[in-house]
Amino acid sequence: MKNLIDLEKKINSELTTKINKTYVKHEQVYVEIDKEDLIEVVLFIKTDQDIKFRQLIDITVVDYPEETKRFKIVYLFLSHEFNQRMILSYFINENEVISSLTSIFPSANWMEREVFDMYGVNFKDHPDLRRILTDYGFEGHPLRKDFPLTGHTEVRYSEEKKKVVNEQVKLEQNYRNFDYESPWEGTEYIKEITETNDKKN
Amino acid sequence: MTKKIKNLNLNFGPQHPAAHGVLRLILELDGEVVEKADPHIGLLHRGTEKLIENKTYMQAVPYFDRLDYVAPMNQEHAFALAIEKILKIDVPIRAQYIRVMFCEIGRILSHILNVTTQALDVGALTPSLWGFEERETLMTFYERASGSRLHANYFRAGGVHQDLPAGLEKDIAKFCETFPKIIDDLENLLTDNRIFKQRNVDIGIVSKEDALDYSFSGVMIRGSGIPWDLRKSQPYDCYNLLEFKIPVGKNGDCYDRYLCRIEEMKESVSIIKQCLAKMEKGPIKTFDGKISPPSKAEIKQSMEALIHHFKLFTEGYRVPKDEIYTAVEAPKGEFGVYLISDGSSKPYKCKIRAPGFSHLQSMDYLIKGHMLADVPAVLGSLDIVFGEVDR
Repeated sequence: MKNLIDLEKKINSELTTKINKTYVKHEQVYVEIDKEDLIEVVLFIKTDQDIKFRQLIDITVVDYPEETKRFKIVYLFLSHEFNQRMILSYFINENEVISSLTSIFPSANWMEREVFDMYGVNFKDHPDLRRILTDYGFEGHPLRKDFPLTGHTEVRYSEEKKKVVNEQVKLEQNYRNFDYESPWEGTEYIKEITETNDKKN
Repeated sequence: MTKKIKNLNLNFGPQHPAAHGVLRLILELDGEVVEKADPHIGLLHRGTEKLIENKTYMQAVPYFDRLDYVAPMNQEHAFALAIEKILKIDVPIRAQYIRVMFCEIGRILSHILNVTTQALDVGALTPSLWGFEERETLMTFYERASGSRLHANYFRAGGVHQDLPAGLEKDIAKFCETFPKIIDDLENLLTDNRIFKQRNVDIGIVSKEDALDYSFSGVMIRGSGIPWDLRKSQPYDCYNLLEFKIPVGKNGDCYDRYLCRIEEMKESVSIIKQCLAKMEKGPIKTFDGKISPPSKAEIKQSMEALIHHFKLFTEGYRVPKDEIYTAVEAPKGEFGVYLISDGSSKPYKCKIRAPGFSHLQSMDYLIKGHMLADVPAVLGSLDIVFGEVDR
């Protein structure tokens, strides 16, 4: 497609029922779909001669913990031939399993592993769904909004046991997240840590 | 009697000098032939994206230096562009030239490191000694402009932090005169070198189709013959005012990628020269007091400037609700920032798209059927830096 407006029209007319919403912004096309239609839509935009999004740039998730459909899954595509970018997205619940793109784009493999690692989203038909960035034996999903910035565990070398041990995080000073936008509230302390520290004193 | 032969599993890294950082590569070997490669990454994972979500936009910039730490300013550029696009601010032309110039310096920094260490991995020591001397000079330029050799923290949304100090432009121009000689010296050592060619030609071949399928970008895709460079195809800042060529490989092997990098360094020198020639005196950041901090002199005089200064360094500037993906052509490939702002002074979500991540992913595909000795050669030509792969 020559320009983004045509591209938007083409996608809408070819995939009418599968598209929830499209708009053009920042020289990119944003497309919102339903979870079930992912494979069909991606196959179409990859193979169609007028669109040809031949490259999957990245997969990521945005976490909105207060919504019922908590995760927004985002796919970024690039078409070298037409020099266009597209952002495809849909919302899912916390425990929903989504289809893997590994059969269409081999590069989706690690991207989906990262999403699984960071957000705990599960993929159907993924050949090798393991954690990728976090440590062996790590628990939790760090990029979820309810995961604390300081984490839950810390590692150190124990002289007694002669090995590296995992322990609960002990903070000398509480992590202070100042809210500068409303100067009257003060900082929000992480409650659990405050309590355990109190007991110790 | 038949003997049962088992494949050998070999741990390459995490502390291997040719792994270019902390990579644990588990290789399954049949004799000396690699059957399977399983890279274990994340040993340098610092949770950059999580940290950025908890920092204001200005405080987030230094984290970008720590991604690809051999070309820090190229990363900052992507982040600055993303914010600028959302806030719709114009960057003064001098700032654009300064930014592009330092991005090209970053490209040279990165390519010198890559070319020379690749040579080191296949057995040539001298190029790295010669190349690193030049890197030192370039990092002094970084230091004179930003105050630090590596973690510059120099680009801001709307321009750069400070103007160039007196005399820097002249010294960079001088460097542009002497550096091509060094590239020629490196080429004399490597390009026609029998051993270097034996180790690199026809090793790790990537076809055009596979380069697309595996999300390759930068030299990895150009080495395979696809003329794709974001500086040309989706120009940002003042790249459309500059003239430069995009070197493209033919066979898609390690040797072609080496040649591409050498040519790109020459082009970068020419871009730096053009920037210096076209650069005129002028403002180096946007005048919008809500986004860029006022000068010290102004703070002493004007109450409003003082308020702006205070608000900027406590609360930071607010960025309206939006969603954007911006990419720049970093030395290693397409470096992108997917930013979601929610109207507050901190990013709601900041996904960093690192080129090395998808390049390293293809290790299994690239190395299957090659000899063990080819692993460092292929790894070297991928141009991996773990700061950005692990984030």
